[in-house]
Amino acid sequence: MTLNSAEEMAALEFSAVVTAHRPQIFRFLLASTRDMDLAETLTQECFLKAHRNWASFRGESTAMTWLMRIAINLQKDHWRNRRMQFWRHTRTNSVDLDEASDWLPSGESSAEQRVLAHERVGQVWKSVDGLSERQRTVFLLRYVEELELSEIARATGLNEGTVKAHLSRALARVRAELGGKR
Amino acid sequence: MNSNKQFDARTNEPHWSEAEATDALVLDPVLEETLEDFRLSVFAWSDAAYTRARQSVAEAPRHRVWRLAMGWALGCVLLAGGFSAGVFEHHENQARLAAQAREAEHQRQLAAARASAMARDEEDILAKVDSDVAREVPTAMEPLAQLMTGDETQ
Repeated sequence: MTLNSAEEMAALEFSAVVTAHRPQIFRFLLASTRDMDLAETLTQECFLKAHRNWASFRGESTAMTWLMRIAINLQKDHWRNRRMQFWRHTRTNSVDLDEASDWLPSGESSAEQRVLAHERVGQVWKSVDGLSERQRTVFLLRYVEELELSEIARATGLNEGTVKAHLSRALARVRAELGGKR
Repeated sequence: MNSNKQFDARTNEPHWSEAEATDALVLDPVLEETLEDFRLSVFAWSDAAYTRARQSVAEAPRHRVWRLAMGWALGCVLLAGGFSAGVFEHHENQARLAAQAREAEHQRQLAAARASAMARDEEDILAKVDSDVAREVPTAMEPLAQLMTGDETQ
């Protein structure tokens, strides 16, 4: 295989990875930040970084896990950046919890069930808002992205036991919030 | 959870054993349904936001083309304006210089006419004085002057 065709193959592969995983990375970042513009920016940065390092991707984990790890690190860097401290505190672009819980798909459920579901989803958002950064990441990866514990461990760089502990604490908060309002 | 559970001094959260953590991950039906609703709501929100983000990215080049065209048009107008102003200024300067040259020439001609008029007046006066002086003859020389006049007529 010539060098050019190898590069073309790599470019095609990367393009397929972007098409397949971009919505998922965006969704995770949106749920983490509740800020559409920030999620879009971080998604772009994530794929830019992935493109630069695509040659070093060995396929030891899935492309999704690898991308998620980049996204998690970008998100951490973003909030840790001292220049962004002001935004961290004000979160002016973040939608509020009520607005976030407005997005319920209108299924076959009755109006009453939808109201109840809306209320419960709002409570989950409230719990998620109160979680530590790590707990929130683990919670969203498990219950929104439906990753296995082993995949979450690889994406976050934690061991499975720690992931399980963070997830348990996050669930305890959600249970407490739902139980308190019931 | 038992009552003598230990708490993390930093986070004030309970320490979880492996078995407790595993137990805590078992979901009751209500929680399972709630988490499923939460997941679907995040999906719905994300899909809507993703479409919006894609649209704004797709619209961006059109805006850029418009901005570029407007920039070029404005640039051309400014260039044409600057060029016209330069040409106008140049013409104005030329006209001013021509007017100044005409005025100077006119002044020079007037001065020359005045000088020649003055010179003519002076010559006339001198000639008149000469002729007056020449024709005035003292009384004692009158007979001699008449003789000269008689000679001239002859």
